[in-house]
Amino acid sequence: MTTATFPARLLRLQEIPNLDYAANPSRFDQSWEAPLATLLGLGRAVGADLVEFFLERKNYINCLAEDDSITSISPSLITGAGVRVFRGNSDCYVSTNDLSFKGLKAALEKGLAIMGFSPPSPHAHVPELNLEPLRDYGASRNKEDWLLNVVSMQDMGEVLLAANASLSQQASHVQARRAAYFRDWQEILVAASDGTFARDLRLTQSVGYNLLCADGDHRSSINQRLGNTGDPGFLTDWDYAQTAAEVSEAAGKMLYADYVESGSYPVIMANHFGGVIFHEACGHLLETTQIERETTPFMHKKGEKVAHENLTAWDEGLSTAAFGTIDMDDEGMPVQSTLLIENGILKNFIADRAGSMRTGHPRTGSGRRQDYTYAAASRMRNTYIDAGDYSLDELFASVDKGIYCKKMGGGSVGPTGQFNFGVDEAYLIENGQVTRPLKGATLIGEAVNIMQKISMSSKDLSLAPGFCGSVSGSLYVTVGQPHIKVDHITVGGR
Amino acid sequence: MANIQTMAEQAEKISRQLGIDKYDIYGSSVEETSVQVDRGEPKQVKASQRSSVIVRVWNGDRQIGVTSTTDIDPTGLELALKTAYEASSFGAREHVPDFSPEAQAPTAEVTRSQISPAPVPDLVEKLVYAEKELLEAHPAIASVPYNGLAQRALERFYLNSDGALRSEARTYASIYLYSKTEQEGRKPRSAGAVRVESGLKKLDIAGCLQEAAEKTVSHLDYERIPSGKYQVVFSADAFLSLLSAFSNLFNAQSILDNRSLSTPDSLGQQIASPLLSLYDDELNANNIAAETFDGEGTPTRRLPLIENGVLTHFIHSAGTARRMGATPTGHASIGAKVSVSPNYFHVMPGEAADDSYRLDRADNVILIDELQALHAGVNALQGSFSLPFDGWLLRDGKRISVESATVAGDFRQVLNSILHIEPDAEVIPGGICPRIWVSELSITGEE
Repeated sequence: MTTATFPARLLRLQEIPNLDYAANPSRFDQSWEAPLATLLGLGRAVGADLVEFFLERKNYINCLAEDDSITSISPSLITGAGVRVFRGNSDCYVSTNDLSFKGLKAALEKGLAIMGFSPPSPHAHVPELNLEPLRDYGASRNKEDWLLNVVSMQDMGEVLLAANASLSQQASHVQARRAAYFRDWQEILVAASDGTFARDLRLTQSVGYNLLCADGDHRSSINQRLGNTGDPGFLTDWDYAQTAAEVSEAAGKMLYADYVESGSYPVIMANHFGGVIFHEACGHLLETTQIERETTPFMHKKGEKVAHENLTAWDEGLSTAAFGTIDMDDEGMPVQSTLLIENGILKNFIADRAGSMRTGHPRTGSGRRQDYTYAAASRMRNTYIDAGDYSLDELFASVDKGIYCKKMGGGSVGPTGQFNFGVDEAYLIENGQVTRPLKGATLIGEAVNIMQKISMSSKDLSLAPGFCGSVSGSLYVTVGQPHIKVDHITVGGR
Repeated sequence: MANIQTMAEQAEKISRQLGIDKYDIYGSSVEETSVQVDRGEPKQVKASQRSSVIVRVWNGDRQIGVTSTTDIDPTGLELALKTAYEASSFGAREHVPDFSPEAQAPTAEVTRSQISPAPVPDLVEKLVYAEKELLEAHPAIASVPYNGLAQRALERFYLNSDGALRSEARTYASIYLYSKTEQEGRKPRSAGAVRVESGLKKLDIAGCLQEAAEKTVSHLDYERIPSGKYQVVFSADAFLSLLSAFSNLFNAQSILDNRSLSTPDSLGQQIASPLLSLYDDELNANNIAAETFDGEGTPTRRLPLIENGVLTHFIHSAGTARRMGATPTGHASIGAKVSVSPNYFHVMPGEAADDSYRLDRADNVILIDELQALHAGVNALQGSFSLPFDGWLLRDGKRISVESATVAGDFRQVLNSILHIEPDAEVIPGGICPRIWVSELSITGEE
């Protein structure tokens, strides 16, 4: 039997094994409503409090140019689904590569069995789930042609080779050059027993350089990456000469840099990727995942002053083309702009569905996951400290001796709120002036303390793409801030 | 996963239809169940069954194209072969990878315990028990926010159009427990432990529990330490973390790419203290995750890397071995660009120490238990590191927890500054290593 639409009458449980829904294998469209509604009904019939399906198709490619050769072009074709079954506040997540009705049903039944649900009588009726009319962001926001319009393999190779040639022209003491690009096209469909039925298309691209310079025992290595969502022409429009100039200048300055002397310093952190400080030191600690685990010092602080009165911070999914921008989260909820901290007062947390159920904080369209193998969790999108009122000159003039962290590396935060991050490009500040380059710095501190010490913000807010790894995998995010001054922070060095 | 012989036949048939006469395929499938608990109740259970293959195709100009896919039925395989063939037009023209000359050589006989998966309620029960015991181990332990018990069955294979076909399967189970303390007027502290075995029945849950409890309690009384130069002792975990982070020292692909701290001429040079000998030993009996062949089908083996401080071998793929006049060593992962990485480090134990190198008599020495944030604080191309760590200050042999600090240095200097390697090695999931004493390193305490 092949059924593309709902059966004419209410199904009985014993009839389900005979169904063979013919949903469209190459597109998550309306034809998926009947099979998914049937399975969601089955889940509810046996007593699950909530069931959610997440279906995914991914077409990914990356390309690497090393010196003057293309050394790798790697496409990946991924399909998969995950089903999440809730019983009270506990849940089970089962993932599979098999998107047939039989495969999805097997995954659901495994999840139901794990959660201790027994199948009812074969004669029992399966309740019909009323899903909302398909909320299709792919169709309604003109994304259907994205995959057709992205750069071809040949063009991506040519752009990267030209970019590497530009780097060769502008940098000195070059030991190795790399230009790397990836394009990640994703189609997702979410259907849940609360009626959610939504589809989205996403196109995420990134391109960047890694430059290694060497002169005798002196070495410097500089990375720079740009990111975009939603613009098929992103790579061909890349001004690689400009990026090459910035990378070459930074590598040249850092080649002969001295190691930073450890100690406690006032620090000015640059805008753009400098925003990783807020991401690590505060953003993660505002995710409901952390509240559930009681690993955040902010869990009882809503409405209280948690940061310097200078500081206002946002997490949102709406900025045009930003790396963490999405139309809906991976649980089908439209994204929003969430005010996290306003003039130092904690206003909101970042919540997914399960986090909201377990902590009581409202969902914010922040349920995100790397792919179908992960259950969604509360995760950041575009997260940044808002622009302040100071000029850049006023920030530097306030520092007699300190460190200017122009380019941050990665970082992390531990279960007790201690954070750390590396600095890729740093300079000594003496009497308000940037003097000599420094390398090997790591900043460490505690979230509750550092937020009180961000005393000045300039007007030059800028966002930067980043990758965030946490409980639901590696995600595309944006970090950002204007230049900020931290009154003092521990700098690990030699 | 589909029968591998059947997949080989399908690949041959599809390739013939597409006019592809040279290809190889590496694939794996994993079936996994894991649980997390929260205050005596299951919080999340995860189960998955997934497969993936990576296909390499050589075109008539001997260029190579690659595609990976999770769709491994004949339709998916055909699409992957077609896409790889299309990508081959843009593949490298120099140093093109080829089949490993050892893709059909015999692999080591490894005795594996294939342990059937335990029912989910058993996993939950054991983890709930472990959580409860850990919470009762000390009044200050308030929660076990990070915990997990998982079991996995993994199959992998390699086949090529010259007739190579090899596969293997294994199971393993793992547990991790990270507890957090709360005490009035004191900062929260955290520590944990991990265990891996071939199955749940063999898993040392009691040992994991005990280690997590002891470590957590040992960090309750903490102090700020003054910044300065200290003699440092690295635990097995900490030293192997550093070795992995700077493994470009031994990596032939990194050397050929000019992205290593070594050059082809580094072989035979003294790069470490004569006290240090290091092997990469995938087939070591303690390696629960041992694999008998790499992503190109090359058999894995025990390979000396540093002997008495002298660099003796690099780790190779088939391609790097060909370019450097060596033999493949079983360290390759296939892709459009084949990558090379270490498997399982074994640092050889040293000799019994005199009184200067005994922890119970050490004074003003830092014992580093675990290094953090290696992704952020290591500059592998410069050789430098600046990393937060968990550890203790040893004062007259007594351990005093370090509140918060970083250690910084140059890895090549660390290798040359080894003062003592303890006689007893510790087996951890990433390898085998004794504690290692190193002369002065920069320690920065939080001010």
